Order: sequence, then structure tokens, then C-alpha cells
Amino acid sequence: MRRFSYSRPTEVSEALAEAGGEDVRFLAGGTNLVDLMKENVERPQHLVDITRLPLDRIEEIQSGLKIGALVLNSDLAHDPKVENRYPLLSLALLNGASPQLRNSATTGGNLLQRTRCYYFYDVATACNKRDPGAGCQAIGGLTRLHAILGASPHCIATHPSDMCVAMAALDAVVHVESATGTRTIPFEDFHRLPGDTPQRDTTLEPGELVTAVELPATRFDRHYTYLKLRDRQSYAFALVSVAAAMRLEDGVMTDVRLALGGVAHKPWRDRDAEALLSGKAPERALFSKAAEAILADAQGQGANDFKIELARRAIVRGLDQAARGTPQSVTDKRIA
Amino acid sequence: MTNLTRAGFGTPLSRVDGPAKVTGQAQYAAEFQPEDMLHAHVHTARIAKGKITRIDVSRALAVEGVVDVLTHENRPKVAWFDLKYKDMTAPLRGSPFKALYDENVIFSGQPIALVVAETPEIARYASTLLDVDYKWAEFQTDLAQVLDQAFVPRIPRAGYHKPKSRGDGEQAFSDAPVQVSNRYHLSPEHHNPLEMFASTVIWEGDGHVTISDKTQGVKNSHWYICNAMGWDRDKVRILSPFVGGAFGSGLRPQYQLYLAALAAKKLERSVQVVMTRQEMFGHGYRPECYQTVSLGADREGHLKGIVNSAVTATSSIENYMETVVNWGSMVYRCPDAKLDYKIAKVDTATPCDMRAPGGATGMNLFEVAMDELAYACDIDPLELRLRNYTDREAMKDKPYTSKALHDCYERGAAKFGWDRRSHAPRSMRDGHELIGWGMATGIWEAMMAPTSARARLSADGTLEVATATADMGPGTYTMMTQIAADTTGLPVEKITAKLGDSDLPFSPVQGGSMTAASAGTAVQKACDALLEELLEAARRIEDGPLAGVDLDEVGFGDGRIYLIDDTKIGMRFEEILAAAEMDSLEATELAKPGIINMMRKARNTHSAVFVEVRVDEDVGMARVTRVVNAVAAGRIINPKTARSQILGGVVFGIGMALEEETLADHRIGRWMNHNLAEYHVPVNADVPDIDVLFVEEQDDEVNPIGVKGVGEIGVVGTAAAIANALFHATGKRVRELPITIDKLL
Repeated sequence: MRRFSYSRPTEVSEALAEAGGEDVRFLAGGTNLVDLMKENVERPQHLVDITRLPLDRIEEIQSGLKIGALVLNSDLAHDPKVENRYPLLSLALLNGASPQLRNSATTGGNLLQRTRCYYFYDVATACNKRDPGAGCQAIGGLTRLHAILGASPHCIATHPSDMCVAMAALDAVVHVESATGTRTIPFEDFHRLPGDTPQRDTTLEPGELVTAVELPATRFDRHYTYLKLRDRQSYAFALVSVAAAMRLEDGVMTDVRLALGGVAHKPWRDRDAEALLSGKAPERALFSKAAEAILADAQGQGANDFKIELARRAIVRGLDQAARGTPQSVTDKRIA
Repeated sequence: MTNLTRAGFGTPLSRVDGPAKVTGQAQYAAEFQPEDMLHAHVHTARIAKGKITRIDVSRALAVEGVVDVLTHENRPKVAWFDLKYKDMTAPLRGSPFKALYDENVIFSGQPIALVVAETPEIARYASTLLDVDYKWAEFQTDLAQVLDQAFVPRIPRAGYHKPKSRGDGEQAFSDAPVQVSNRYHLSPEHHNPLEMFASTVIWEGDGHVTISDKTQGVKNSHWYICNAMGWDRDKVRILSPFVGGAFGSGLRPQYQLYLAALAAKKLERSVQVVMTRQEMFGHGYRPECYQTVSLGADREGHLKGIVNSAVTATSSIENYMETVVNWGSMVYRCPDAKLDYKIAKVDTATPCDMRAPGGATGMNLFEVAMDELAYACDIDPLELRLRNYTDREAMKDKPYTSKALHDCYERGAAKFGWDRRSHAPRSMRDGHELIGWGMATGIWEAMMAPTSARARLSADGTLEVATATADMGPGTYTMMTQIAADTTGLPVEKITAKLGDSDLPFSPVQGGSMTAASAGTAVQKACDALLEELLEAARRIEDGPLAGVDLDEVGFGDGRIYLIDDTKIGMRFEEILAAAEMDSLEATELAKPGIINMMRKARNTHSAVFVEVRVDEDVGMARVTRVVNAVAAGRIINPKTARSQILGGVVFGIGMALEEETLADHRIGRWMNHNLAEYHVPVNADVPDIDVLFVEEQDDEVNPIGVKGVGEIGVVGTAAAIANALFHATGKRVRELPITIDKLL
């Protein structure tokens, strides 16, 4: 681990005043950043510990629920307001990591989790995300964890978060602040595809701090699921995950939300596929059609070719779980 | 003495070291913190093979707090002769790895420099500042690419059992009306114990060196490091009182011991080296294996011919071998069998023993083939095993000291409810879940190795039993205590077990499931000798109540020697010592197996494993929902710790069947999933209720205490039973372990 300086401001404005430099990082739960520093992947000169900032509340606001960036994953998952209105988010959170990690990881930090690509983590290999222009050694290598949608010749990494998949489905909005002001970013625009700048995971600008995530008032408390398929029953990143939510009125699906995790550089939403489902009765054949539409451009890298078929089946099953109102349990490992 | 614990054979005594472990009193290798200790961090090679052409340490040296950077260019003088680097468990042929010896790199992740600093953080940081140029050489890490170069080593490894063919296996196979012949694959696995390898070399300043080392054998580390460093054996002491799991990775001294000693020798200061999790992938591992099993049988499933061949990986420098192809041919009656085992070189660190080495690989894959035969004959898989049952060890045609495998089948099947199984694949389901029931046979060795133990009775009536074995988790402290309690009649509270110290009487490494039989017998012998000495002392006490009595007239119990005919007459142990004017009384005994007897009869543990899996029909997620493992392992000293060993073995088997796999990028010859996020071992959610049954064998021949050992048998058979259950559930036969979700889609 490199040497770094450290500060722990108590006001957002103080934190922002220190931000912006290339070698400055905000530190919250540290569950990912500290690991990456040990691996010499992240090499900040200065850490701004933001855990004393007043950003740890879940507030009712007129447009919905505002979740402070420092709300812990475990607190968020078990908050009654979240459990009642957005059980999909609770479910996704509880599918992530382990209780110990969730007790430390924050909402903002979860948003900024970095990929689990083996090559990104190993400084003995070439990685454009870690070292722009170095090349991507994952391509043609071990690609089990890698993208089947939206990848580029420069990077085939996936975003590892579960929470973000649910937030994408729920049309969350990210609140950010910098020394020059505040702005909001629709969730779908927050994470980005790798293109030729895979070093950038998000559309955050230098010096910007995530202060909150806002969830619109629309509740999805009956027809939803988070189905995560992985290499063991717990504590593994998704090979494919599906966040699905909808409203069912008179046997017809409306306001269908569908986001995939583990398949792309960002939580993957396909509005065309959602539109395909809206206004129709829930049927497996229709779910299959939606899956085909989403995966029409999917491309495997060899070792992850199976994820295309796995994603197809997961989408159908996830939509079915949501439509039936039988969300996947976290503790009962039988697939609902 | 009313509240004291009596613990004879068969008592489920809780771990005597449990309180020390849960209160943090148990001291592990990295927790030895001598004053003024330096911390060292390893820098590892990025290339799989080649040479270091330049290594610039100046930036690291310039960091405040860095004391030195050791490389092959500036290391102190060490032994050059290969023999000086052979530890007690090293393959006989080959040249053991010598860290920082020269500019050659022979595997990716090889330590090539050691940064020594005042704090671990400084050392770790400075190690990132080394500037190294390499020249790549041609390399190969993919076993599949070198199968045609596999060979049979002229001189096998010690402890390796050469497979013995019988009759004409190939002819018998091709003449058989029912034939199954397939190739199976096991991916490489790393042990990944929770505790990282660590060594603390304490530079005593008076020419003595004390080293805390994570090892399964303090005598082995002692032998090795004294030879390699040219240190006087009498001036070096190795301590390893607690080991946080090892599974075989601690049998050979790992490189952190060598590096810490090297730095201490050069700097004449105390030095500690702790590996990182990533570095834990830079030493030995369970080698990848390709195994072809051809089984020929008559239509009733009676085996007629076996052809079993396997190739496992070794390194470029040593001939590492395992006993892989023997097991199935030992267990089942079959007139003709052709067995063939070879190794092939890849450019990795030398593989090493990992829980049930060879058996876990060979027997698990063989038992998948047996399941295939059962379906080819349309016979229930258990019935197939029963039809091929033999009481003799079939490979060498020898009797066993005991073999209660038949009872394991019966009792395991009854407990599991095997008779309710429907035979056809995909014939059992619960909604959209396919249910599969599979079974397999397990076999492992019941070894014993020469071991010395000391028993010392103190004036206060407390007893210490000691031998230089290890306790990497199985409960060796508890086992030694319990055997001493059983032998002397003393309560557990009066007994202390000591181990993990090279100053103690000789014990071999803890491995091969032989510690209970070996150290246990030695402790019993030492206690018996002590009691005889104590009686002798009591007999000599003039006018004492035991003056002149004979051994067969007395009993031992409650810390007393008493007359059998009148138990009120006797003396307490401490009274005897006081009357005889002795501060303490001590006996040291060597226990060794009878070699002739060992040759005459086979000695093995056996098991029958029954497993239920459930697989979602749509998405292919598989989970193990029930396991019954019935084990025949001689006498069980402690059913609680023995059960824990089988539980651990079964969890290992679940990992082998479904999850564990070290992924190599063969383009760069490097393990890539070198962390516990991506190298998957079972988590709690993967582990169902596990039912362990012990089928006790009264076996007076296997060793004096009739104990066979349970550290490894739990793995053997479990992975196969899971694979077979997955076939039963899905109708899909997967011949590669681990069986991950992509293989079930």
C-alpha cells in the first residue's frame, strides 16, 4: 500500500474542498477501496474519510425516499420504508456480499464498486481500466465473470453490484455535489459502458461527491423479484442477476421494470423489452420474447458464452417470479 | 474430585484448547512479536518462466523505514547442494525450490525479492517500487498440452504406492459384455487455509534462534532450516503451537520460513514474514488430473476388467506423485486390472499433498465411473458395489486388519432411505426442482509412523504428555489428553498436552490421517511406562501400602494406585512422589508400527457416502441438501472431534464437486483467481445437515490403539456421490470437477 495522507472532515463543503485531484479518493466503508489499495490497483495520495459527513439518513421527501450516501447497506436493506415500498432493493442488497461487509459498506460506495475482473485486480497483467492504453488481457483469457452486453474491444468487465441493479430498475436518481454546485443524474446515466475509456466507470466528474440516491415514490411491493445466479449459494458475485418489478392490473402488466446484473459494464436496462411486455398478460412465451430481444446483440467471450443462455433463462424466470408475486427468497435457496 | 472430567476412549470430550482459541490466548505463528522485530514483504515474479535480467531495488531502499531488500544478487551464503533443501516430505527426485537462489524464474508468483522494513506497511509499499526486467522463456502450464510427455518416475516418492496390475485388464475389458470407458478431469485446487503462512524468526542474540512457524511438522521445519542455513541444530528451536488450518499445505516448509531465516541471518535481527492471500497461491496445490477409467462387466454388473490410467501435474523441478489409480482396484473384486499412473511437468510451483492426496482425486473420479457402470448395467448403484464386494484388498490380494465397509453401506443406506430411490435419472422431482440421490465408496489409508512421546508426572499430581506433532485443527491436543486420561485414570483437568515444539520428542509431520494412531499410541506407551515406574517407586516405599505388590494386583484411577482386592488401600500419585522424594517422574517411549505385520495385511479406512442434490430444472442452480457419510475407521477416540473431521471432509468434498478450481491463464502461465472472492470454497449456505455415522471396528492389528484416523476419509467419495446425484437428478453426466452451473445448463 502506498503512503497517503488522510483527513476526516465533518462538513460536505470541507470534503469537497479537498476533492478533485487525480490522486484523491473519498473513503467510506472501505470494503472495496482498501482492498484495491492493498493490491496496488488504487494508489491515492490523499484519502478524504467522509464517514463523519451528515449523509447517513433515510429521509421522506415529496418525490419519494432520499437515501444518504453513507447509509449502510445493512441499514438500508432492513429499513421498514424500504422493506415495505421497495422490497426489491432490500432483496438485492441482501444478495450482496456478507453481513459483515454490508455492515460496513455504504450506499454511495456500493455505487462506486469496481469490477471483479481478475485482470483488473492483478497488476502483473494488462488492463485498460487500471492502466489506460495498456490493453485488455481479459479478452481471450479467463472470461467467466465478463460482459455479454455492451462490451468494447478495450474492456469486457462487468459491474459487480447487486444494489445498483435494483436501483436501475427502480428509476433511482443519484444526487451529486461538487465545489461548484449540485446536480442529479438519472441512474441509467450514472454508470457507463466502457467504450474506449474503460478507466471511467461512471459519469461522475472529478471533484464530485455522491450525496444521496433518490427513489421515486412509485412503490413495487407485490410484483417484484431479485434473482441472482452465481457459483455458490451465497457470497459470490452474480454470473447473471435479474431485477424485475411490475404492476399487474386486470391480468395485464404495466410499468414493467427489468434490469440485469453481471452481464455488462453497468446495470443493464432495456426499455424496448419493457415496452414489449407492458400492456400484456404475463406469459412465459412473452417473457422468452423479451429475453430474446434483450439478448439479441449479446456476445460471449468464450468462457462466458453460457451466460447468454443463463441470462435468457434467468429473465424468463425472474419475470415469472415477479408476475406470480413470488419473489426469490434470500434464505430459502430453492429457486422460487 | 467430583466435578472433574473423566474421559476414556469414546468420550465426546470438547476441545481442551477451545477456550484458548475463542479467547485469543492461542498463539499463532504471526502472533509471536519479539521486540525490535523487522517485517518483510515478498515480491513475486510476474512471468511463468525465464530470467530476471535486472532488478533495481534503489527506489525501495530509499523509502524511510526500509532496512534491506534481499534478492538473488545480495542474499547471504546458503547451502548450494540440493540435498540440503530436502525436507522430510519432499519428493526424492528433483531439486527443491530455493527462493532468491539465482536469476531463474520457474513459476509465476515465485518470490524473487524480500523487502525488510520497520513495519509491514512500509515493507509492502516498498515492494511495489521494485523495478524488475525479465526475459521470458518458453513455458507450459496447461496439463492437457503435455499429456503426451507424461512419464513414470524411476524413483517414486516416499509413501507412494505403486499401482499393481493383475491379469490382462485390457483384454478382460474388451471381452466384457458391458463396457464403460471415459476420461475424467479434476481442476487444480489450492488449500486456502484461513491462516496465512507466517514465520517469525526470533534472533536471540546468543547464537540461538527461535522460530514460530506455521507448519504441520516442527521437526521437519527444524531439519530443513538448519540444513539450508547451515545452522547448528542445537541452537534452533521451532514453535508451532497452533495452526489455523493447513490441509497439507503445511507439510513442506513454505518459502516464508526460508525467507524470514535468510533475512534474519543476514541482518542478525528478528524478522517476520507473513504471506498475503495472493501469495498463498504461489506454493503447492492439488495437481490437475486427467484420468481414464474403463470398466468391463457382465450383465449382472460383476466387474471383469478394469483399465485405469491417470496423469497428474508436477513441476519442472521435482517429481511430485500421488497414489491415484489404485483405490478402485483395491476396493472391488475384479480378476483383471491394468493400472497406469504418470506425471507430466508444468511450469508451476511443485504441487503438494492436499487432504486425501491422490485418493480424493483418483477414487472420486473412479466412483463416477462406477456410477456410469451401474446405469450401463441398469443396476442400482449401491447394489453394484455390493455385487463387487470383497473382504480382501483386491489389488495386492491381501486380507485387511478390518473392513466394515459392508456395514457402512447398510447403515448409511438405511439412514439415508436409499431404498426409496427411483433408479431412472430425472425420475424424482419436487415442483421445478429435480432431485438426485447419489452414492459412492470412500477409502483411505490407516497409517502409523514412528513417534516418540514423553509423559511427566509432577509433584502436584499433574501430568504432562508431549510430542513434537502439530494440531492443525483435528483436535490433537484433545486426543493426546484423552488417551492420557484413559491410560492413567487421571481427570482431564490434571493433564496438559504439549506439541508444536521441536524440542519435544520426535513426531513426524501431521498428515496422512496418522496422528491419532501414531502420537496416540506413543502417548499411551509413555503413560504406561510412567505408571510402571510410579508403581515401582511405590513398591519400594518401605511400610507403604503398596510395598512389594505386583502390577497385576493394582489398578490406576482417580490419580491413585490401589489394590484391586481392596480399593481403599492405595496411594495417590503425588503421595508416591513425595514419599519417594522425587520432584517428578518421567518416561519417554517410541511407538512404531510392526513392519512385517504391516506388509502382511492391508490397513484402510472405508466409507459409504449418500447424497441428495436438488437442481432447478430451468436455471441449473444445484445445491446439496442432504449428506449421510458412514465411516469405518477403527475405534473412535472422541466421537465429537472425529465427527467434526468428517464434517470438514464432506465440506471439502462439496467444494471439490461444485466449486473449487484454481483458474490459470495459460497464455501467461499464471493463476488468476488468487483470492477468496473468486476462488470459491463452500460457504454456510452451501452446506446442508450432514449425518455422520461411525461403524466401529474392533481392530487389534492396525496399531496398538486400534485407531485408523479420520482426517481425510470424509473427502473421498463425497465429491463422487455429489456428481452421481447430479446425474441422477438431471440425466447429465459431467466428467469434470467442479461441476459448475454452466455444465448443468
